[in-house]
Amino acid sequence: MRAPLAAARASAVLLLAACAGEYPQTTFEPVTDFGVLINEVFAITVWWTMGILVVVLSLIIVAAIRFRETPDSPEPEQVHGNVKLEIAWTIVPAIIVVMILVPTVSAIFETQRRPSEDALTIEVIGHQWWWEFRYPEYDVVTANLAYMPTGREIHLQMHSADVIHSFWVPRLGGKRDVNPRPRQAEGEAQHSTHLLFTISEPGRYAGQCAEFCGDSHAIMRIEVEAVAPDAFEAWVADMKAPPREPLPLEGDTAATPAPPPGALPVPTGTGQRVSAGRPDSLIFEGKRVFSSSTCVACHTIEGVSSGPLGPNLTLFGRRLTVGAGALPNTLENVEAWIRDPVAVKAGAQMPGAERPWGAFPATGLSDAEIRAVAAYLTSLK
Amino acid sequence: MATLEAHAPPAAQPRGTRSIIWDYMTTVDHKKIGILYFLTSLFFLVVGGLEAILIRIQLMRPGNEFVSAEVYNQLFTMHGTTMVFLMGMPIAVAFFNYIVPLQIGARDVAFPRLNALSYWIFLFGGIFINASFLIGAAPNGGWFGYANLTSSEFSPGLNIDFWVLGLQALGAASIMGGVNFVATIINLRAPGMRLMRMPLFTWMAFITSFLIITALPVFAVALFLVTFDRFWGTVFFQVSAGGDPVLWQHLFWMFGHPEVYILILPAFGIISEVIPTFSRKPLFGYAVMVYSAALIALIGWGAWAHHMFATGLGPIADAFFTVSTMIIAIPTGVKIFNWIATMWGGKIRFTTAMLFAVGAVALFTVGGVSGVMHATSPHDLQQTDTYFVVAHFHYVLIGGTVMGVFAGIFYWFPKVTGRFMNETLGRWFFWLYFVGMNLTFFPMHFAGLLGMPRRIFTYAPELNLTTINFVTSMGAFLQVPAVLLLVYNLWISVRRGAPAGTNPWNAATLEWATESPPAEHNFNTTPVVHSREPLWVEPAKMEEAARGPMEHIHLPPPSYWPILTAAGVVATMALFMTNLWWAPLIGLAWTMIGAINWAFEPTH
Repeated sequence: MRAPLAAARASAVLLLAACAGEYPQTTFEPVTDFGVLINEVFAITVWWTMGILVVVLSLIIVAAIRFRETPDSPEPEQVHGNVKLEIAWTIVPAIIVVMILVPTVSAIFETQRRPSEDALTIEVIGHQWWWEFRYPEYDVVTANLAYMPTGREIHLQMHSADVIHSFWVPRLGGKRDVNPRPRQAEGEAQHSTHLLFTISEPGRYAGQCAEFCGDSHAIMRIEVEAVAPDAFEAWVADMKAPPREPLPLEGDTAATPAPPPGALPVPTGTGQRVSAGRPDSLIFEGKRVFSSSTCVACHTIEGVSSGPLGPNLTLFGRRLTVGAGALPNTLENVEAWIRDPVAVKAGAQMPGAERPWGAFPATGLSDAEIRAVAAYLTSLK
Repeated sequence: MATLEAHAPPAAQPRGTRSIIWDYMTTVDHKKIGILYFLTSLFFLVVGGLEAILIRIQLMRPGNEFVSAEVYNQLFTMHGTTMVFLMGMPIAVAFFNYIVPLQIGARDVAFPRLNALSYWIFLFGGIFINASFLIGAAPNGGWFGYANLTSSEFSPGLNIDFWVLGLQALGAASIMGGVNFVATIINLRAPGMRLMRMPLFTWMAFITSFLIITALPVFAVALFLVTFDRFWGTVFFQVSAGGDPVLWQHLFWMFGHPEVYILILPAFGIISEVIPTFSRKPLFGYAVMVYSAALIALIGWGAWAHHMFATGLGPIADAFFTVSTMIIAIPTGVKIFNWIATMWGGKIRFTTAMLFAVGAVALFTVGGVSGVMHATSPHDLQQTDTYFVVAHFHYVLIGGTVMGVFAGIFYWFPKVTGRFMNETLGRWFFWLYFVGMNLTFFPMHFAGLLGMPRRIFTYAPELNLTTINFVTSMGAFLQVPAVLLLVYNLWISVRRGAPAGTNPWNAATLEWATESPPAEHNFNTTPVVHSREPLWVEPAKMEEAARGPMEHIHLPPPSYWPILTAAGVVATMALFMTNLWWAPLIGLAWTMIGAINWAFEPTH
């Protein structure tokens, strides 16, 4: 079992080398116990089935070449079958199937075991088309970018607010559907689906919804920031810290420079959320506009607003993207999003400056106000 | 009863186009209906293929804006729906229609007018569901139409209405066809043709028809539930009222998994005819081939939830369906080895038909192998809903089913037209298609394992999947000239193909004893069969029966009631969309008038 596994890893590495470059959503390089275990089972299947494939294809090629009609080939013997042979090629595949089944079934139960006592439970709620993450243990809620500590068992407890989604971050292991909860009778347990894993390496891991869920299914991406336990605690503290008023900053009269695309925001660990900019700056103005417009009906920013419907925007500036993967998180893109979300992402359930959504009227924000709000949001780090 | 003389037009007299069209509209002849099924399915193959090409243009590079998300979702939904319901199933039925009665020495199918009704409902249903494109509201919930996305709450448009109503009609047509073939094969076999003497193709038609009769009603029920939810406010899949969308998944895959065998078994049948013929040997292990197919069909009923390993059914259900799925690999493997053993020691002639049959065995094996990988359910959590699965089922359904069907086209074309297809063009077609197909679908395995989910209209450039998708798109484009070559080959061969005679391949089964093309009544007298390979064992007697002196023959007369009734059935479905409670009643009344007139139509 170990030898083919090593070989499978070697061939995966070869393949990756051959293709050159990084694959953020590869299944070949798991960073969890869950991902590693299922790849081991996969390797067993791959080796057995590749063996069978080679045998079958070779036999077909040999038969095709050796028994091709030639001018002097004799009339073939009219064989109708051969009981011994047929028993053989029933039994041999049956044995191979058993060889595959034993580790497979054991892995089914291993990966769907009960979470341990000290597992960190994260409630994952799928929405059309974004992700909500709730940390009941810490009373923290966030969206689209989930922080997870390394070295601690993580238990994702998942359900959907609307249609069926599927949570898939390939480097954390397999996916699991995120189903809406049928209304239950009084006292009956609520249905959830579960994933269980322990992350071994810090890093940023990309994923996305894997179950077709309507218009913008393709733009329902997940970022997971796996950090050491102390950095995780620091993030929790940042999330819960009272919002600091915008800081005076020399020369800041316009926007804070947007983070370069792809840069990993580093958790500050200061225990306070930083929002740079002085009281007369754009950021300060942005906060004022945000708090006094319809934004607050849907969006929560810890200590500023408590809208329950849309993604929580606390520490929004740390996210790589706006709109759950619609665009990179830059000032211009956030502006474009606030101006007209539906133009950026089909079906986005949010009103724009001029376009209402559902029962929500258009926000009516001016370009200057949009710019200010965008500057404020991207400054929340 | 009408006599042959009254209905067979004199062969010498040329007929006008109008008379040919009227003839086909009213025909109850299984061969003409088979040709109609074939041409319609071929048309839908091109339509579904075109949808695939648009999909591949969109995915050629990341962030492409060739089509919008809304249009893309319609395209992939209709690609799947078309290829399964309007191409895959009916093209098999085309072969059942033309070949099965000839292979068992029958005059026609058991219920000729029902056969015509099936075809016309299929045609009208196919037109209805595609008409949705004209108003920009093609179905967009995926071919699997998972609840509760298909509810009025999340899909308020007409898109899903077209889908549920159109498929309801198509399903009804399939069930009628299934009943017809089971009745035909049980009742109309020539004397001496015991079940275990039936040609393998007829066996596969028999098993497939059983699957159709049993599986399609499950789908019909599921579709009714959605229809009720959408039109009459029931709450089967509405979570706020306690409905459970996972119920749809069970119902859909309880149908959907047998459906996979409905699509593949006919191709297995074709392969099992072509390989022995061109190897000059009987099929190796005939009985085992029959039993293994029956076993596949039977176990196939207990494997549906392997499409749902990620649904969260719990470890016990996952383990059960893992085991049942793996077991199917065993009889499937037996079939593959028996085909190879049939070739082994033979005298193989690589005609285009044989190339496709052997190619199908090879490519189906590739798909089978990745199927076992899915059955490794813990890792299926990585594979499912990714391009790895897309690669898998295209190897099975294009490598196996479509290549098998292509083998059948080249194999039986001389019987249907009396002419050969062009072999040079055929070889070009085979190699172009073989290369294009592999270039399209092989890289998809890696796209999936490197993180590309299915059903996404766009993907991020940083996923680094651009090259793989570009190669896949090129492969897809290569399939276009290949299919055009097939269409061109069919076109010229019908007119100018070399005359083929009655049994050009020196095949063993009964259909090759008849004229090419067969007379309207098939056999002049009913043959008496004494073996599995009648034309190899007693060719003279079989030819005498087929083409010797004629007995007095009664054929059912043509009828225009099937086409009118079919129009009524599909009109009923279409009129549902008016949301006027009385409107479907018009269609229903129309259907009733058709059915009553049909019932009292004199056939004597």
